[in-house]
Amino acid sequence: MNIVAPADPELSSDDRFAGERLKLSPFHPRQAELNIRDAWSAWNGYKFADYYYEATYEYFCIRNTCGTYDICPMQKFLVEGEDALAMLDRMVTRDLTKLRVNRITYCCWCDDTGRMIDDGTIFRLDDNRYMLTCGSPCLAWLAKSALGFDKVTITEHTEQLAGLSLQGPTSFSTLKNMGVGDAVAELKPFGFTRVPFVGTELMISRTGFTGDLGYELWIDAEYALPLWDALYEAGEDYGIQPYGEAATNMARLEAGFIMPYMEFNEAPKTINFEHDQTPLELNLGWLVDFKKPHFNGRRALLEQKQKGTKQLLVKLDIEGNKPAEEAILYDSKGCRNQIGYVTSAMWSPSVKANIALAMIDTKALTGEIWAEIYHYKELRPYRKVAKCKVQDKPFWMPPRARQTPPGEF
Amino acid sequence: MKKYDAVIIGAGHNGLTNAAYLAKAGLNVVVVEKNDYIGGAAVTREMHEGWFYSSCSYVCSMMRQSIHRDLDLTRHGLLLVPYMGTVAFSDDGSKAFIDYPNEEAAYNELRRHSVKDADAMARLQADLGRYAQLIRKTLLRTPPDPSSFKPRDIKELLWLGKQFWGLGERELYEYIRFFTMSAADFLDDYFENDLIKAAMAAPGIIGTALGVQSPGSAYILLHHVMGDVDGNVGAWGLARGGMGAISNALASALKAHDGEIRTGSGVEQILVKDGTAVGVALESGEEIYADIVVSNLDAKRTFTKIIDKKDLPPKIYDRASNFKIRGSSGKVNIALSGMPKFTNIPDNRYINRGGQNYTGSLETMERAYDCWKRGRWSDDPFIEAIIPSAWDPTVAPPGKHWMSTFIQYCPPKLADGPWTPEKRDAFGQTVINKIERYAPGFKDLVVHAEVRTPHEIENEIGLTEGNIFQGELTIDQLLFNRPFPGYGQYRMPLQNMYMCGSSTHPGGGVSSACGANAAREILMDLKRPNTVPEDDFYDE
Repeated sequence: MNIVAPADPELSSDDRFAGERLKLSPFHPRQAELNIRDAWSAWNGYKFADYYYEATYEYFCIRNTCGTYDICPMQKFLVEGEDALAMLDRMVTRDLTKLRVNRITYCCWCDDTGRMIDDGTIFRLDDNRYMLTCGSPCLAWLAKSALGFDKVTITEHTEQLAGLSLQGPTSFSTLKNMGVGDAVAELKPFGFTRVPFVGTELMISRTGFTGDLGYELWIDAEYALPLWDALYEAGEDYGIQPYGEAATNMARLEAGFIMPYMEFNEAPKTINFEHDQTPLELNLGWLVDFKKPHFNGRRALLEQKQKGTKQLLVKLDIEGNKPAEEAILYDSKGCRNQIGYVTSAMWSPSVKANIALAMIDTKALTGEIWAEIYHYKELRPYRKVAKCKVQDKPFWMPPRARQTPPGEF
Repeated sequence: MKKYDAVIIGAGHNGLTNAAYLAKAGLNVVVVEKNDYIGGAAVTREMHEGWFYSSCSYVCSMMRQSIHRDLDLTRHGLLLVPYMGTVAFSDDGSKAFIDYPNEEAAYNELRRHSVKDADAMARLQADLGRYAQLIRKTLLRTPPDPSSFKPRDIKELLWLGKQFWGLGERELYEYIRFFTMSAADFLDDYFENDLIKAAMAAPGIIGTALGVQSPGSAYILLHHVMGDVDGNVGAWGLARGGMGAISNALASALKAHDGEIRTGSGVEQILVKDGTAVGVALESGEEIYADIVVSNLDAKRTFTKIIDKKDLPPKIYDRASNFKIRGSSGKVNIALSGMPKFTNIPDNRYINRGGQNYTGSLETMERAYDCWKRGRWSDDPFIEAIIPSAWDPTVAPPGKHWMSTFIQYCPPKLADGPWTPEKRDAFGQTVINKIERYAPGFKDLVVHAEVRTPHEIENEIGLTEGNIFQGELTIDQLLFNRPFPGYGQYRMPLQNMYMCGSSTHPGGGVSSACGANAAREILMDLKRPNTVPEDDFYDE
């Protein structure tokens, strides 16, 4: 096992606050120009846009035209060598032996007790070459998972590889206009391809976090700006617009995707007993393959599967229009017996529904579900108890998200 | 021969809404439409290859979210996208007032025109918000009959009274005054700056045969700002794919409940037997029988064109003849080969393609109204424009644009004789010439233009005089007075006959409320459970 991850260089600036300033994404020069509201927050040490112009506008770009989302702060690891597959397959709950070259899989990994550490995607770049991406730093866990696998090299290359997500109905038209239409037309969801671009290689995957038609573009960080410029020139007539965390969070909730620190806590970072989750509790049972050889957390997950989970993450359609943020759920309108809690909630502008993800006692799922919602009107708080309906399908799941080749929507 | 439970005349958005709710309740319904396409005035048509115009109505904010949600219109293909960045140009073109979506930016912009008005704007918004809140609550409710002693009417009257009293005594007087005020007088109480006044007054004249100085235009203003997009009251949106997307989604919902639509089936006459409507005779001679007949046509057209006078109480015929439904608006849809460049507004993609008002003072608006009174269009008309293609990638080829322009005023009858194609085109040219003043080079971008005077709107869509509201929105024709006193609850003088169009409460606009309210009344008469949302849930 070999870990390649040199520490970040010492700061050699005269700036007294240099150590406290956030890192800048390779796309920052262009994004800063467009972030006219100076609406910055942070992600994994990077300065990161909450929104650029207006969150709702950017959200609608995802649903109506197309937008870009900076995924440079996402953690990226190269896993290479003869033991790469065996090591990753031992770590994640999904059967990686089925993953073909040029394909990607969404997966999660757990600790020994089946509690989820993180979710992410694994790209099979070549026979013995994989790329893992995830939302939070993960190198220590990867190193632990690689114990006993001699022929594997893990390289942290978050800073070297720039990533830009391009999502929305006109994302394909934009790529086509950029000259890579032929390469991506036949790309199915979770496929990726490589195309020559300004003297280097551009990797394009049909992935995203919005539930809509979309792609993610990956390129050496030094070519980030030429990529941005080409994309924005191509997308000008297709309504291209950068979007930040606020719009992402709306789109992902409509698509029913989970978010760290909203739907789940990373197990190694959780203080209280079982304040983390298992994939089964998160309704990600389809990610757990008990038929494959041993993987981390298998025994605990199998036991939980046999006994049934105490709680389950579900999608809720809630009456009224007041978002059930932080609402507690009860089994009757009288709100006496608590059965769960809302993890994320919003009014969906596309579906015109009051939607939420919620963790609910599995036993209570057959009965009534009521959310106790507090909302404010001109400083005055109001309480509302709203009936909830469990919904099986994602709120937003347009056929175009899967259509291959995609149309010019 | 097949007999239906209900036949609905006119596949405009309210007719489709009404039919969808009746079908959802299990009724066997058919909608008959004279045109070969559905949608009425909520329609998208490819009038020039690659360009899809919302030929009539062009923006949306009144659509009731509860209906959108209840009929699952998103699944049926509807996406409403808010737009932003409305600009008002001063008359001489030297200044522009920009309504930025960001509160701080909007405040700073106001200060550039008037520091005092910048402060007054917040008060105006609060006052309008208060008035809007009250009216919004009535949209999906059937107005009470004030002369009735039915428990339901008394209950509803008490409810209405409670809402009014809830304003507080002082505000109640203000509100009553507001209903009869002119937009100009109303705005004078807040602003000093002409351009700001003009920008804010624009919704007060759109679609109405009133001027900014005419009593009643303040309410028209409110009617246009009481809508919302996702709770942002006053915001406006575009239907992706044009306004026809709304009608198409409603039609799809209707069909999902096994409802039928027959296009190319104009109604010649409503069939009446012993004072009861029993069906319709089509222009083709075919007769369609149904237990219930619902007219989505305006009140004047319904009672003076498709019902035999002998079948009507005489008073009703007169009422309908005198129903205030004056045409006052024109529409020019313009295909452009590129994005126009406007003087005095920055080349900022967020603000140079939202709504645009080309009239910078109340004076100019009033002068345009004077022309209308004299039976001609103004050389300097009020124009509200928007470039939907800048927001919606599906309505024009990439890089090309479609500009929707709405013109106030355009008379249904000209002083110098009937409308001719030449006069129609001259009207269109007037509009293009005016925009050229604010966007030099505009004319060279024009690829195609569809010009619609009240004459075209009446003949193609069937709106009497081309009045977009199916009847003026003045207090004498609002709430329980709409369309006529005594007939404010969707039931008409013939047994088993109803109305569901914008001639009924709550009036014009693509809201689906009239159609839904009428369906609720029909289901009540049939003693069926109500399936129509009672309230717009934004105002809980």
